[in-house]
Amino acid sequence: MKEKLEQIKAEALRQIEASDALEKLNEVKVNYLGKKGELTAVLKSMKDVAPEDRPKVGQLVNETREEIERVLEESVKRMEKAVRDAKMKKEVIDVTLPARKNNVGHRHPNTIALEEVERIFIGMGYEVVEGPEVEKDYYNFEALNIPADHPAKDEQDTFYINGDILLRTQTSSVQVHEMEKGSLPIRMIAPGRVFRSDEVDATHSPSFHQIEGLVIDKNITFADLKGTLAEFARELFGEDTKVKFRPHHFPFTEPSAEMDVTCFKCGGKGCRFCKGEGWIEILGCGMVHPHVLEMSNIDPEKYTGFAFGVGLERIALLKYEIDDMRLLYENDIRFLKQF
Amino acid sequence: MNTALSWIKAYVPDLECTDQEYMDAMTLSGTKVEGYSRLDKNLEKIVVGQIDKIEKHPDADKLIVCQVNIGSEVIQIVTGAPNVKEGDKVPVVLDGGKVAGGHDGGPLPEDGITIKAGKLRGVPSNGMMCSIEELGSDRNMYPEAPELGIYIFKEDVEVGSDAIDALGLRDTVFEYEVTSNRVDCYSVIGIAREAAATFRKPFYPPKVEVKENNEKVEDYISVEVKDKELCPRYCARVCTNIKIAPSPKWMQRRLAASGIRPINNLVDITNYVMEEYGQPMHAFDLDTIAGHKIIVRRANDGDVFRTLDGQDRNLDSDVLMICDAEKEVGIAGIMGGENSMITDDVKTVLFEAATFNGANIRKSAKRIGLRTDASGKFEKGLDPYNAEAAINRACQLIEELGCGEVVSGIVDVHGDMKEKVVLPFEPERYNKLLGTDVSKEEMLDIFKMIEVDYDPETNNLTMPTFRQDLLRQCDIAEEVARFYGYDKIPTTLPNGEATTGKLPFKLRIEQKARDIAEYCGFSQGMCYSFESPKVFDKLLLSTDDPARQAIMISNPLGEDFSIMRTISLNGMLTSLATNYNRRNKDVRLYELGNIYLPKALPLEELPDERMQFTLGMYGDCDFFTMKGVIEEFFDSIGMRKKITYDPNSGKNFLHPGRQANIIYEGTTLGYLGEVHPEVCDNYDMKTKAYVAVLDMPQVVPFATFDRKYEGIAKYPAVSRDISMVVPKDILAGQIEAIIAQRGGKILEDYQLFDIYEGDQIKEGFKSVAYSITFRAKDRTLEEADVAAAMKKILNGLEGMGIELRK
Repeated sequence: MKEKLEQIKAEALRQIEASDALEKLNEVKVNYLGKKGELTAVLKSMKDVAPEDRPKVGQLVNETREEIERVLEESVKRMEKAVRDAKMKKEVIDVTLPARKNNVGHRHPNTIALEEVERIFIGMGYEVVEGPEVEKDYYNFEALNIPADHPAKDEQDTFYINGDILLRTQTSSVQVHEMEKGSLPIRMIAPGRVFRSDEVDATHSPSFHQIEGLVIDKNITFADLKGTLAEFARELFGEDTKVKFRPHHFPFTEPSAEMDVTCFKCGGKGCRFCKGEGWIEILGCGMVHPHVLEMSNIDPEKYTGFAFGVGLERIALLKYEIDDMRLLYENDIRFLKQF
Repeated sequence: MNTALSWIKAYVPDLECTDQEYMDAMTLSGTKVEGYSRLDKNLEKIVVGQIDKIEKHPDADKLIVCQVNIGSEVIQIVTGAPNVKEGDKVPVVLDGGKVAGGHDGGPLPEDGITIKAGKLRGVPSNGMMCSIEELGSDRNMYPEAPELGIYIFKEDVEVGSDAIDALGLRDTVFEYEVTSNRVDCYSVIGIAREAAATFRKPFYPPKVEVKENNEKVEDYISVEVKDKELCPRYCARVCTNIKIAPSPKWMQRRLAASGIRPINNLVDITNYVMEEYGQPMHAFDLDTIAGHKIIVRRANDGDVFRTLDGQDRNLDSDVLMICDAEKEVGIAGIMGGENSMITDDVKTVLFEAATFNGANIRKSAKRIGLRTDASGKFEKGLDPYNAEAAINRACQLIEELGCGEVVSGIVDVHGDMKEKVVLPFEPERYNKLLGTDVSKEEMLDIFKMIEVDYDPETNNLTMPTFRQDLLRQCDIAEEVARFYGYDKIPTTLPNGEATTGKLPFKLRIEQKARDIAEYCGFSQGMCYSFESPKVFDKLLLSTDDPARQAIMISNPLGEDFSIMRTISLNGMLTSLATNYNRRNKDVRLYELGNIYLPKALPLEELPDERMQFTLGMYGDCDFFTMKGVIEEFFDSIGMRKKITYDPNSGKNFLHPGRQANIIYEGTTLGYLGEVHPEVCDNYDMKTKAYVAVLDMPQVVPFATFDRKYEGIAKYPAVSRDISMVVPKDILAGQIEAIIAQRGGKILEDYQLFDIYEGDQIKEGFKSVAYSITFRAKDRTLEEADVAAAMKKILNGLEGMGIELRK
């Protein structure tokens, strides 16, 4: 019996050894281990073995079976690997061939800049609000301390619909709407479209965007204005950005200032980009004029506040080094795709 | 405003700083310097030389050989200039020196022109005698310079000395940008006062003392102001025995540096005082003033008046005129008349220094179409006190410069002069507003420099009259801040009540629209809000289309920008056409922008501003690509109910068979379709284009960011495919409506998988195939469940005249 098993084993292993394809290995498996296989036949003949010898023979049969299975499995694995390797060798591709593009669209540079500004101020607790683009003279001028005969009204080259209704020249008009709601404190930014009658050229557009900011609370100081806008500039233009505040004049703020930031190209050393000055003018700001507060029924003895206005296109042009404002409204896909 | 630094230093003699330091410091204290230019730029090694001897050039008819004494030695210079003679003193640039430009007066080269010793037609020449153009200036600024040739010094200058200094070119001209509230800084004195305060140096304004003769001004002139509101103050003085001559060099140089051409002593003095005091003045030839009387009154509607530039001007009753006893002699604050113009024969001059209503001057100048230096100053609203100071200064200069005699006295007509503004001194308040800790003493120091008076008795501050911008405590705080230094104010963050930053729902939906459009390959465009009324015809809108009711801008940039858009398509189609004509392939654009719908015209209340989400594309795409974008967008904002499409959308600008309204829960939210080929033609696009417009105010109420998890199905689905022969005019939407209605609760989904028209199908029909999926949430479906549902569906379809294909 033992010899027979040895013989079966040796023959099986020989056949495994000789197999050069998975199908052949399968044949070996069927021939020896299958229901009608040789080893199964041996097991079936166990009834002829003396009962006392059965455990021993059984063990022998199992050992033989396990050995054949083990070798068989190893061979299968080896052969499968060889087949897979051969297949993969045929599947080599040129990885430098062009990508299959997903053709995702692109945001307008103005919007990218706007979302950046919104993110910064929302993080500082500001609410984003909107106001009408076609506006009453009162909100655009009078309530901002620019009465009927004020020269600033001419300076701003306003588009009028009629004597009372105009296209807003500044998002500052939204300040007034917010203040009139009477809910204090206020921390808001108001982005939006504004209009001035400038002919279209590389640096002018009759329609552009501003972002107005307004904070009104008890004990708001000019130092708070400086701190807030310095933080804004660092977030927008980079951690190393420095700011400079220069006195200026706006009818609706007092004191007023313009803010310059260090040129983000040369870091303030002076280059062609900043015309050698090292600084770039970025926004106008100031402490809300007490008369403006009074007109909106806020007591300037109790409340103070600051306001600022940023030109969105200015930021977009500077940040993305766009040299012609007309590109922003032409919507040439070759331009838009760069953002 | 441009001014030479030397003129400022005349009043702030202790000022010592580099040009750059001056620019930076002035800008930081609020007098913004736009830039500066050195008058001696690229002028090197240029001295005063005297021509000892002139000889003919041996080999050239047009050249001469000069021996020029330059103090240390005599050098030989060859020149072609025709105007020099022996004994002349001239500017000479030495070997290795530099001049600013060529003798033709063309644009100045950035680095100047270097002059080297050399030979001219074989004769050595060791330098160059200079024309005024080569020195970077011109005859406008140096009227004594010859038209062609070398500048010759008329005055006594030392041979060998610095010629640039002698010409007054060792100077820097600064350009200031003065803010509209600082009327006082439109003057040299105003800027000098700011400079003195900025650098904390003493300020010495001109001392005005007028030497008068024995005559009385009242014997020469009387003044009547009929409209005191438009003319708060009118000062008149008279000068006699006028001798017209050139003004002195120092005055010419200062004017020239300010960009004003020197003319003669009388004109130069009025211009000089206008620059120095910021007060425009006018000089009349008194002999032309009828009745020796000045009347200030309004013009009559329809009057025509010839100004001294020879132009006839149309007047109206809002224009203020200066008149004599018989006629108009000048438009107040804007320009004098030809009839009273000063000529070289003038004997007696009447000076006017007045204050006019700024807004009136501004509007008059605009209506007349004549904006002058004078009107530009008057329109800012001048200080009435300044008028008297300026006229006295002019008379002082007349006398000092030997231009004439000053008649004693002044005719001064004015109403009540405005009271000076007085405010209590509240240092804590200023510090509280600024967030600073500036001492009381430092504040008082600042006030002293800017001539704000402090009275310790009353603790009151009195504003000087020239500072018309100082009205409230916040204005005082700004003065403290300016001279304390904006840069020294600390930086803090507001520490009040915490607030929540937020983006409103509407804007979040718009953000989602941008995201989805971009995922779908659309890039964001931006279009103008105003456009041409011609777009309605371009879009084939019918004459009674409500979209034609557009708001008109009363002062547009031109017809192309004259109406507020009522439809967003023109912008989109224009942008697509731009891309098409630039041969950009497969373009997809979207825009989020308002249209403006008037509630009534003419506009009485603000219009309805409606945000439109507009998509447009051409190239590799079709109607259904666009439909997919709309559905992705709706899905992303929680609008997951069935969207229906109604082909009867009636848009003239879309292909009649390829357009649909987009309907959600019974509300039309927008439309989509293929652009009508005629419209494409109108926009010069020889391609099919597709557009969709969603009216966002209609969309937003349906949107939600709420999400509820419904569980993933545990039981298997059963699918049935049906193939139908359908009358051509039945829409897929109608078939789907039947499936949806009759499929019952177990209906999970249905998908069109084939649609075919052609040979194998009989005329007037199409073949349509759907795959319908059923599933129950709580059990495995039995064949009977599905069969029942299918039967209902099929019955419904058959009821519409649809045949099932076996």
